[in-house]
Amino acid sequence: MATRDTTASSASALPPGALEAVPRWGEKAIYALLVTCAVVSVATTTAIVISLLSPTISFFGEVPITDFLFGTEWSPQFGEQAQFGVLAIVVGTLNVTLWALLVAVPCGLGAAIYLSEYASRRVRKVLKPTLEVLAGIPTVAFGFFALFFITPLLQDVWPGFLGEEPGIFNAGAAGIAIGVLIIPIIASISEDAMSAVPGGLREGAYALGATRMRVALRVVVPAALSGIVASIVLAVSRAIGETMVVLIAAGSTANLTMSPVESIQAMTAYIGVTATGDIATNTIEYDTIFAVGTLLFVMTLLMNMVSIRLVRRYREVYE
Amino acid sequence: MSTERYRSERTRLAVAGARARTRVALDRQPVGDVRKGGLFKLLLLLAVGIALAMLVALIADAVIDGRERLGFGLLFEKGSGDPEQAGLQQALLGTIYLIGGVMLTVVPLGVGAAIYLEEYADDTKWWNRLIEVNIQNLAAVPSIVYGILGLAFIVRGPLDLGFVVAAGSLTLALLVLPTVILAGREAIRAVPDSIRQGSLALGATRWQTIRHQVLPASIPGIVTGVILAVSRAIGETAPLLLVGAATFVTFKPSFFEGGYTALPVQIFQWVTRPQDEFRVIAAAGIVVLLIVLLAMNSFAIWLRNRYEQQW
Repeated sequence: MATRDTTASSASALPPGALEAVPRWGEKAIYALLVTCAVVSVATTTAIVISLLSPTISFFGEVPITDFLFGTEWSPQFGEQAQFGVLAIVVGTLNVTLWALLVAVPCGLGAAIYLSEYASRRVRKVLKPTLEVLAGIPTVAFGFFALFFITPLLQDVWPGFLGEEPGIFNAGAAGIAIGVLIIPIIASISEDAMSAVPGGLREGAYALGATRMRVALRVVVPAALSGIVASIVLAVSRAIGETMVVLIAAGSTANLTMSPVESIQAMTAYIGVTATGDIATNTIEYDTIFAVGTLLFVMTLLMNMVSIRLVRRYREVYE
Repeated sequence: MSTERYRSERTRLAVAGARARTRVALDRQPVGDVRKGGLFKLLLLLAVGIALAMLVALIADAVIDGRERLGFGLLFEKGSGDPEQAGLQQALLGTIYLIGGVMLTVVPLGVGAAIYLEEYADDTKWWNRLIEVNIQNLAAVPSIVYGILGLAFIVRGPLDLGFVVAAGSLTLALLVLPTVILAGREAIRAVPDSIRQGSLALGATRWQTIRHQVLPASIPGIVTGVILAVSRAIGETAPLLLVGAATFVTFKPSFFEGGYTALPVQIFQWVTRPQDEFRVIAAAGIVVLLIVLLAMNSFAIWLRNRYEQQW
């Protein structure tokens, strides 16, 4: 009783409203400031969409959308005779991406399996940062490497039965360089997914007499599949968006071919080459940059969404 | 007494035989499996080897091609049409200006957004989830699309800055903003909740808690993220081509007027020239760029390992 009395009296001794929160305007201002910072990122996306959209709409006012999407001739620089079949440069991009994946998927997955299932802790501690270094090399250096190292190498070792040897600018060398560039993406995301597979699954397989290779291929890889697919999708998106390597090493002739020896033009290279010149606004050529940019943005956005979904799925299952 | 029995000749033979049989059954894998396993490991090593060999080849090729022009002279010579004379002075100054601008914008914006998302945002609200998904998406938008944004929105359009350093800085800042936010969030998330609760229980306000407890504890992680973002900005070429860093420059840059160039853009211009001398100086430029970036990246990794705190 006594204690209750004292609490009651000391509480009543406080002036009314003392235990209510004082409105703190400083705190509120800081909160508003921080929200603004976060909103900038949404504003960026909005700005990207707006800046792409209005020239694209005026582009489609002049060029029918079916001509753009299904035409196979690309020559927007030819004035009156200009052709806007974007397929020619989309195939150019896909050509390079195909060779990039042929390099990056086996190397990236191999490195991921090795790091997660075979490497000792000490080896991993050295190997992982080294692969990260590869991810930090600027793309202009990869372009130089493709043009002055890979292309001459390909020309030297090109076996006769494969037909004519690659030219100075060719899709294959650019593809290989981009492939090397995206190895770290596949390796690191896949390795994350494989490391997230619980040890119990591995131990269970070992107890049943499985070899190390079987555990890796039949247990860990299937269990980490969504992460592995996510890494490949993200790598494809990165390869499609890569500019400098194709600009330097793949040439600038729109060419509807999947051949690695020929010179092609990729979507990004078209944007890079056209926008570099001092180009006048409100011309059809200026608008074309934005139409191609929109297509590029939509393609990569779809892939990024898929990849984010897939990563979330494996996180939900194992973490 | 029972051990006596074990020691008899017959028992010893029997035990040894049983042991050997067990070993045969359990220890030795079928020869085919051993071979397949070995081959598989070899393939994995080959995959890692190819990646590493490419890294070594890229660096070695640039060093060998550029060795004639490597030296301190390269850093201080002015830009020139003559490859024997040309140097990186304007390009380096341009890059320093650009990166200064990037840091001024990206550090407050990125850290602010990270604090909001980790300390204030309620995950169940749709707008906060929108911001999160949006940042993840922005991180994977191709850099040339940022160039288009810069061209249409910053150089021309609403901001109308023209082809100046500030426009390039802003474009690069938006490009690396997601990297800074993601790294900042991770660093802030690593600070345990007990620290916050302790501070709040002592009567600190939310911002005081962040300012005096959370931020100091997460600084190493944030700085690492900023360094990685800045090193990405230094190496970016494509967006700068669109926002005007392609002009031939022989004077010092300034933020709001006049043309500018940057290290990777200068290298790109040299690479596209047909003469062999330009190939040499392009390679030398790449070596300079690689040294700067590798130094920054190693510093970031060192920082991460040095100040990694175990709570």
